[in-house]
Amino acid sequence: MWRRSLGRERMYRRERSIPLRGSAAALSNNLSVLQLPASDLMHFGVVHGPSAQILSSAPGGMPLAQRQLQVKVGVGVSPPLITQVHWCVLPFRVLLVLTSHRRIQMYESDGSLMVYWHALDSGDASSAQTLFARGIAASVHFICVGTWSGRILVFDIPAKGTNIVLNEELAGHQTPITDIATERAQGQDGVADMVTADDSGVLCVWRSGTVFTLLTRIPGFGVPCPSVQLWQGMVAAGYGNGQVRLYDATTGALHVQISAHARTICALDLAPEVGKLLSAAEDTFVHIWKLSRNPESGSIEVEHCHGECVSDTQLCGARFCDPSGCSFAVTGYDLAEILRFSSV
Amino acid sequence: MSVRTLPLLFLNLGGEMLYVLDQRLRAQNIPGDKARKDEWTEVDRKRVLNDIISTMFNRKFMEELFKPQELYSKKALRTVYDRLAHASIMRLNQASMDKLYDLMTMAFKYQVLLCPRPKDVLLVTFNHLDSIKGFIQDSPTILHQVDETFRQLTEIYGNLSAGEFQMIRQTLLIFFQDLHIRVSTFLKDKVQNSNGRFVLPVSGPVPWGTEVPGVIRIFNDKGEEVKKTGFKHGGNYVAAQKEGAFELYGDRVLKLGTNMYSANRPVETHMSATSKNLASKTQENIAPNPLAKEELNFLARLMGGMEIKKTSGPEPGFRLNLFTTDEEEEHAALSRPEELSYEVINIQATQDQQRNEELARIMGEFEITEQPEITEQSTSKGDDLLAMMDRL
Repeated sequence: MWRRSLGRERMYRRERSIPLRGSAAALSNNLSVLQLPASDLMHFGVVHGPSAQILSSAPGGMPLAQRQLQVKVGVGVSPPLITQVHWCVLPFRVLLVLTSHRRIQMYESDGSLMVYWHALDSGDASSAQTLFARGIAASVHFICVGTWSGRILVFDIPAKGTNIVLNEELAGHQTPITDIATERAQGQDGVADMVTADDSGVLCVWRSGTVFTLLTRIPGFGVPCPSVQLWQGMVAAGYGNGQVRLYDATTGALHVQISAHARTICALDLAPEVGKLLSAAEDTFVHIWKLSRNPESGSIEVEHCHGECVSDTQLCGARFCDPSGCSFAVTGYDLAEILRFSSV
Repeated sequence: MSVRTLPLLFLNLGGEMLYVLDQRLRAQNIPGDKARKDEWTEVDRKRVLNDIISTMFNRKFMEELFKPQELYSKKALRTVYDRLAHASIMRLNQASMDKLYDLMTMAFKYQVLLCPRPKDVLLVTFNHLDSIKGFIQDSPTILHQVDETFRQLTEIYGNLSAGEFQMIRQTLLIFFQDLHIRVSTFLKDKVQNSNGRFVLPVSGPVPWGTEVPGVIRIFNDKGEEVKKTGFKHGGNYVAAQKEGAFELYGDRVLKLGTNMYSANRPVETHMSATSKNLASKTQENIAPNPLAKEELNFLARLMGGMEIKKTSGPEPGFRLNLFTTDEEEEHAALSRPEELSYEVINIQATQDQQRNEELARIMGEFEITEQPEITEQSTSKGDDLLAMMDRL
């Protein structure tokens, strides 16, 4: 498989891939990356189907340790499909969260020990609906998880131990949640902003504290929003028709609309130190954008930095591997490796 | 993930099965007056297709199929197609049945992957149905059954949201994950690479409802567009011309799901899956139980609705070979890589005695009577489903 770099200069080069035990499933946001500042190790999480693979690698990409996680619901019953795996970095600890059909499971960051699980409530589901959880984000000392019904579960996480409690259920969406993103509120401690997205393209912006408040609701336009990011009061949303839209998080106003991809976007990620946005889609392309705010008008501006084509690969996950966006990694459907790129 | 996936999976795989069988029967066609007793004629071909199609679209069977339910394993689904393929006088050996299933699954995997919009899988299904109607033009009863299924599809899928179709697409892709069997027609047409992966073109029309990539639009506070710039996307896309028709009749626009076989193109598969990674094993082997209880229930329900026509009187069962020669078929059976074995279900080995008995009873109702007076060549190797299941 070859790839082409776009733009006048080659800005990123391909690094050594990390092999996976199982191929990546055709889900959205199917790559999670954790880099602990204390060590050089990088951790990756990819969903294969009924199992998820967690692995750690050295800086050069050499795989070191790997672990497979499953959701066990009973004897003789096949394990349910996992929808997402994601690390939540909280003030005092890091937890690995796994969402699947029927259940949410939380582990210590290396996946070695399960500290909590939560069975999804069928509520008023009709027979034509499957119960699943999808969309994971950390907000101060909470972990928020989306569900098939559109409700968002807010779990209160203690500094240590297993005494995790379901604190609140947020209503704001009527269709299955796709993704959740959070950012610490500027200049305020203990407060964060959160944006949630769903299958009908509706976005909700929340302010979290001890209680979550809905700040803004951005309507959809008939197309799912599989992936969303939040940065300095800007909401970046990727849609099923290949568009990336940038909204102001406070007013909900649309500032930028990019015809970025020819197929549905599967993942967005942000490098917060520099405001770089990564978009990956089923059209085999990855694009990197530079976000900024015009100091006079306050309007959001964007510039295209780089594009990469991963031939014949329907991408399903993409993440920056460091906060300044010098390197990124992608996963693709049916591909049993994590592809890595770093800037020259 | 989506409980609305099975009808689409079943109908499209069924459609592909009919394309292959039709092509093979035509290739082995002998003009009626010249045919020996054990050779295929045009009349036989039409009869085989009629029998299979009328079984597939049987009302009771369709009712079961359309109930909201999860997708079952490839093994369980394969059993249904084994039964379907034997709904007529035709017999297939294990090797030919394996090859048929390989072709069916790879073709539909290709179609799902290349669908521009998730919703287009419905157009692919309609393409299959349109072709199926072409096979049975002379049979108004069966035509009516197919139209009825069409109506049901429109009723259930006509109003599904883009999000729900995306979930159906993801469910189908999970089902087809790690299948990389190389199909010679695909390789020749350059839609599949030599490593078994499909080519995903970055040119051509964008999906209906998507803009050609490369434009950045800036808006002001009032929502007015104030600036428009471009960027180099890298693909070579053009705007979509028109949307395919979702009505009973109409130009589907999309070619995926139409019959790609013709009498002159033999269909071969190459049996090398990518054995480097263990992915193909991990997915099936996580549940050690060969057939979970829920799958047995599913099979019993589904096949209970299948009304297989019993052949009346002493009629021969004709064997169809998907390979060019009998020797090739035998060799294929012996040399099939282990990870590609479909492990035909051994009902006797299951724990659930009650379900087992009920399923065996249903199977018993469908047993085609063996015709001992027919020459050894035509039927001796023709196993019916029960016999296949009894084998360990």
